[in-house]
Amino acid sequence: MVKKSIGFVFALAVAVFFTLQADSAMAQRTEVQFWHGLAQPLGGILEKIVADFNASQNKYQVNPTFKGSYPDTMVAAIAAYRAGNAPHIVQMFEVGTATMMAAGEAIKPVYALMSETGVAFDPKAYVPAISGYYSLPDGRMMSMPFNSSTAVMFYNKDAFKKAGLDPEKPPRTWGELRAAAQKIRAANAANVGFTCAWPTWTQFEQFSAVHDVPLASKSNGMEGMDAVLAVNSPLHVRHVQTLIDMQKEGSFKYAGRGSVGDALFPSGEAAIIHASSGLRARILREAKFDWGVTMLPYYDDVKGAPKNSIIGGASFWAMTAPKRTVEEYRAVAEFFKYISLPDVVAKWHMDTGYLPVTFGGFELAQAQGYYKKNPGVDIPHRQMTRTEPTVNSRGLRLGGMPEIRVVIEEELEKALQGNQTAQQAMDSAVARGNVILRNFEKTNR
Amino acid sequence: MQRRVIFNNKMLPYLLLAPQLAITVIFFFWPALQAILQSLLRQDPFGLRTKFIWFDNYAVVLSDPLYLNSVKTTFIFAFSVTAIAMTSALLLAFMADKNIRGAGAYKTMLIWPYAVAPAVAAVLWLFIFHPNIGYFGRAMREIGIPWDYKLNGNQALSLVILVASWKQVSYNFLFFLAALQSIPKSVLEAASIDGAGSARQFWTIVFPLISPTSFFLLMVNMVYSFFDTFGVIHALTGGGPGKATETLIYKVYSDGVLFLDLGGSSAQSVILMIIVIGLTAVQFRYIERKVHY
Repeated sequence: MVKKSIGFVFALAVAVFFTLQADSAMAQRTEVQFWHGLAQPLGGILEKIVADFNASQNKYQVNPTFKGSYPDTMVAAIAAYRAGNAPHIVQMFEVGTATMMAAGEAIKPVYALMSETGVAFDPKAYVPAISGYYSLPDGRMMSMPFNSSTAVMFYNKDAFKKAGLDPEKPPRTWGELRAAAQKIRAANAANVGFTCAWPTWTQFEQFSAVHDVPLASKSNGMEGMDAVLAVNSPLHVRHVQTLIDMQKEGSFKYAGRGSVGDALFPSGEAAIIHASSGLRARILREAKFDWGVTMLPYYDDVKGAPKNSIIGGASFWAMTAPKRTVEEYRAVAEFFKYISLPDVVAKWHMDTGYLPVTFGGFELAQAQGYYKKNPGVDIPHRQMTRTEPTVNSRGLRLGGMPEIRVVIEEELEKALQGNQTAQQAMDSAVARGNVILRNFEKTNR
Repeated sequence: MQRRVIFNNKMLPYLLLAPQLAITVIFFFWPALQAILQSLLRQDPFGLRTKFIWFDNYAVVLSDPLYLNSVKTTFIFAFSVTAIAMTSALLLAFMADKNIRGAGAYKTMLIWPYAVAPAVAAVLWLFIFHPNIGYFGRAMREIGIPWDYKLNGNQALSLVILVASWKQVSYNFLFFLAALQSIPKSVLEAASIDGAGSARQFWTIVFPLISPTSFFLLMVNMVYSFFDTFGVIHALTGGGPGKATETLIYKVYSDGVLFLDLGGSSAQSVILMIIVIGLTAVQFRYIERKVHY
């Protein structure tokens, strides 16, 4: 034990020594710490953007660090804040938005950051369905959008052909989707007709936006912490029933929570999947069949459907710490400005499959002929912008959303196991979700 | 005869103890006290708003049917893991202790699983049992068994019990083997001469003589299944489907780390600490009496 402690102290001394060395070498630049949650290859592409920013000027130095998954990054940033040394910039997944907005003095809202440092900034440059997710109801932007995705439908064209379906006419409605999945199973063109990744996100959050029904009251929580869940509406229950029925007849397979379902599509196991538009890169790399991408389906008897879908992904938050200087905040602001430049946005979008967060980025990618050369890659952007966002399709701001996602998935799982009806599942999800919302309200009041 | 070291300097023994004490205080007592304190607070994750609420967090946790369900799951899990891991390890050790060709190779291979990290072990088993990508999982579905632990709670629980037990068998095996080897051969030979069969020898001689080891392993295995099985559950099922594999330690993690409910999570870990202290006390009080040293 003693030996170990000595070794530890020695290692610590060495680490401190090198940190000091590094500090003095960089003394002329203002340094800011940037924690992100993107694994390879995305993390590498992001760090290249940071390196390009550092090379583009000689006043600021952004140091990126990979902190593990999004939840890990979030916990690390919170712990660092409590210890008084939060990173200057942290990447936070979209469901952490409410937590960050309630974080008061721990964060520096983007609108305040930009005006205090005098860095030019136009919130209108951003796609409203994206910036709206990260803005106060009056439109002031709280965090900087960066990697945004939305849910889309990928389908296996070879399986469609084998099942006698027209591969150029993918299903548009839930009725058509179900019929297609049944045909695929009947012809045994794939082991699974239809599946989804991120069940709560694709089947409830996106579903609600597309059908213009609330997921929760108070404009999905945007207008107050006293929101209550609304996922036991007749339409939501009907949808859960559809999934149960499809599972019974063998045309739908529940693949698990989170991104687990992703694997079923590129392997050819499932013929149709609802997944993040960010899955594109993996399908390109792994799929050994002809495939297509299209917009999410809707129930055509629902008035007003389909509306724009909402986003997933993450944004960048500026954090505060004692003794943080104006110059450091300026470095953060300059970095935010840089990542919003059309060519940076367009390149990130084209390299990764994430959405272009600004119209400038979209237009640049268009001007470079990207969408002509790659049919279908503009589907996510078009789906996001096909209508003006309504109160139900502007995004979510629910405290404890990571937990609510799990609650909905748990209740859905129990319904799919046959332990409860669709109505019971959604009633129970609402009851449990509301407890989470009330706790968040109590804690953050 | 007791050997005693006499220190002339009164400070020296304390000094020699200091590093171990420091580690115990810093890494055990301090966090435990922090958890107790945190469990009495309602605080947002950033620590900006703090309210002292006495035992409200405990009241909420203990009246939550999902928590009580998790207690049940944990006990089923812990008893099954302990039983499976210990009996199979004892059986293997008993067989490996015999004079057989290549005993060294068997022993080495039986110890291997212990060197595999829990998360890695879980992924290896996932490639065997996953209903879509696992060899065994697919095979079972092809012969008509509706195997799908992603949706079937009992199957999921059985799977994590199996994997968690498998991880612990090696450790138990090592201790049982050492215990078996320390049994004097003469005692067994005497029994043989008296005409006792293999089974009778085991129950009347071997089992009582290895009881100190068994008792030690019983506690280690209980503590293991309560605290150290997080990695297996996290990588295999994430606590699902529904809440079928959510053990207490997993719930502490998901409520505290993922859902940022620090007060509730701390209250749960304090309760968990009390449960394990209680179990250990009971074991020492009642089971140890039956142990012959």
